[in-house]
Amino acid sequence: MSMHTTPAPIRSRALFTVFLKEVRENLRDRRTLISALLTGPLLGPLVFVMLINVSLQRQFDKIDKPLPVPVIGSEYAPNLLQALKAGGIVPGPAIANPELSVRQQENDVVLRIAPDYASSWRKGEPVQVELIYDSSQRDANPAVERVSQLVETYARQQGAMRLVARGLSPGTAVPVSVARRDQATAQARGVLMFGMLPYFFVLTMFMGGMYLAIDLTAGERERQSLEPLFANPVPRWKILLGKLAAISVFSTVSLLISLVAFSVVGHFVPVEKLGMELEMGPRFGAHVLLMALPLIVLLAALQSMVAAFAKSYREAQSYLSLLMLVPIIPSALLSVLPIKAQDWMYAVPLLGQHFGIMQLLRGDSLSLHQLGLCMAGSAAAALLAVLITAQLYRSERLAISS
Amino acid sequence: MIEAKDLHKAFGTVKAVDGVSFRARDGEITGLLGPNGAGKTTTLRMLYTLMAPDRGQVLVDGIDATLEPLAVRRQLGVLPDARGLYKRLTARENIDYFARLHGLPESLLKTRREALIQTLEMTDIGDRRTEGFSQGQRVKTAIARALIHDPRNVILDEPTNGLDVMATRALRQFMLQLKAEGRCVLFSSHIMQEVAALCDRIVVIAHGRVVADESPQALREQTGENNLEDAFVKIIGSDEGLAA
Repeated sequence: MSMHTTPAPIRSRALFTVFLKEVRENLRDRRTLISALLTGPLLGPLVFVMLINVSLQRQFDKIDKPLPVPVIGSEYAPNLLQALKAGGIVPGPAIANPELSVRQQENDVVLRIAPDYASSWRKGEPVQVELIYDSSQRDANPAVERVSQLVETYARQQGAMRLVARGLSPGTAVPVSVARRDQATAQARGVLMFGMLPYFFVLTMFMGGMYLAIDLTAGERERQSLEPLFANPVPRWKILLGKLAAISVFSTVSLLISLVAFSVVGHFVPVEKLGMELEMGPRFGAHVLLMALPLIVLLAALQSMVAAFAKSYREAQSYLSLLMLVPIIPSALLSVLPIKAQDWMYAVPLLGQHFGIMQLLRGDSLSLHQLGLCMAGSAAAALLAVLITAQLYRSERLAISS
Repeated sequence: MIEAKDLHKAFGTVKAVDGVSFRARDGEITGLLGPNGAGKTTTLRMLYTLMAPDRGQVLVDGIDATLEPLAVRRQLGVLPDARGLYKRLTARENIDYFARLHGLPESLLKTRREALIQTLEMTDIGDRRTEGFSQGQRVKTAIARALIHDPRNVILDEPTNGLDVMATRALRQFMLQLKAEGRCVLFSSHIMQEVAALCDRIVVIAHGRVVADESPQALREQTGENNLEDAFVKIIGSDEGLAA
């Protein structure tokens, strides 16, 4: 071998070289592939569709189906029972202990009619019927609501007839009436159920890049290949950027698969029963992708940063599992506390994406201003995280495993 | 040529390197000999710019390592103490990766790589993934990727560590070949026989300081000991951490 007087070589390829090598190496790792291309992006849509289907099915079942309700003292009020039957209630035989029965979820609701019903009715005195139920069984609430409304409607009709019989206008007894004008579109009502969808997307991006992020810092150090790598004439920040690019590409691919999967499984959600359309097509996907891109870089930098702190692969793994819980905060919080979106909120990473995705699902379009805020805010945070991680990469201790 | 001038490096209160100066010349093999924990690896890490010295200067072919670390790394081929390979890549892919990081043109890369694979006798393992390589196969691959850019100066940290007799012999032959090609070869070892057999110059380090910097012949004369082993023990002050 002859010694070569090295001319100034082209080194602008270094970043790309690192990127290509990381992609190639990780494409050969089954665990990374399964997590980035299979479980990460597909688990979300599957679980999601199952949950939505089950909850929708239950709601509609209750409305459509005849509702069996045990009635105690049905013989005292045949007319009321007739009205209930007309409303789809199937009166059942009386049971001995209605209180226990609803607590044990044997029945959603039990109707009890007092023995003096008939005599009070004839005297024109107010009579009472009891609905026995357990409001902590949320499942039973629609049934309770239904029975209670039927009883009240019956009472109003009878009241009006009594007034008419006495020569009074039925309106006398109702000086003020409320007319509700709900402006929520069917779309917006349905969307309440989809509050966790943004988190599924964030989780997918996170999972897509996680194993790479661990492997590229903690893993490489543990396998003692970081020190030889740093002996090459390439600044560390270029190596870092190459690695971040690889992480970001994996997590973008994860997100893309997830978006496609959602648009496919979206057809299996019986949204038409809600009277809404679920907009998860290409337009939705493109917008989500735009909003997510800076967030992907931010997540990649944060994951690398955390993994660089860890002493070993396992340690990095447990730190990152904790970090994974952070993105759940905005989605979980917002599904409990309904906050009105202010402009500045779009600029907050995660929060902005949450609002944006929800808005798109609702069928509203995202203004250029909101989209811009969302992307700029996350991009600024990503830049900061990259700079901090690059600073961390300059540490002498970083490369040394022993 | 590699020059270390009064290098100091402390980790907390521990002075790992405490005033090391020496010169490794072209066309010579220079051995850095010392017991475990004497500061050899830390000294070498400062030479290949992984660490910055607290005080002192490193010059490689006249280039200051603190001012121009990238230029210095271009002049060096390094086999560090950590010699991890990418196990999901083949030996050739491992070598190519470092070649491209050095900015080697693809045409040159191929000829250099194949020449090294021939010289290091690794034709049979070239296209195998490095997962499951023996210690010897791993060191060969690590050396090939370290020398792919044809560096004038070669730094090897304990190169024969963990190698069997045959692999060690082959490696020594290879180092002599590098010397014959006119390169500056600097390697560390705690094995006296190895240093004595190979080196034109021996730098003995103990407790972070250079305690001797001579040719093997001069060392014997200086200590008045005919046996090199006795000479080392006399210089270092104990035989702790040395192997024959």
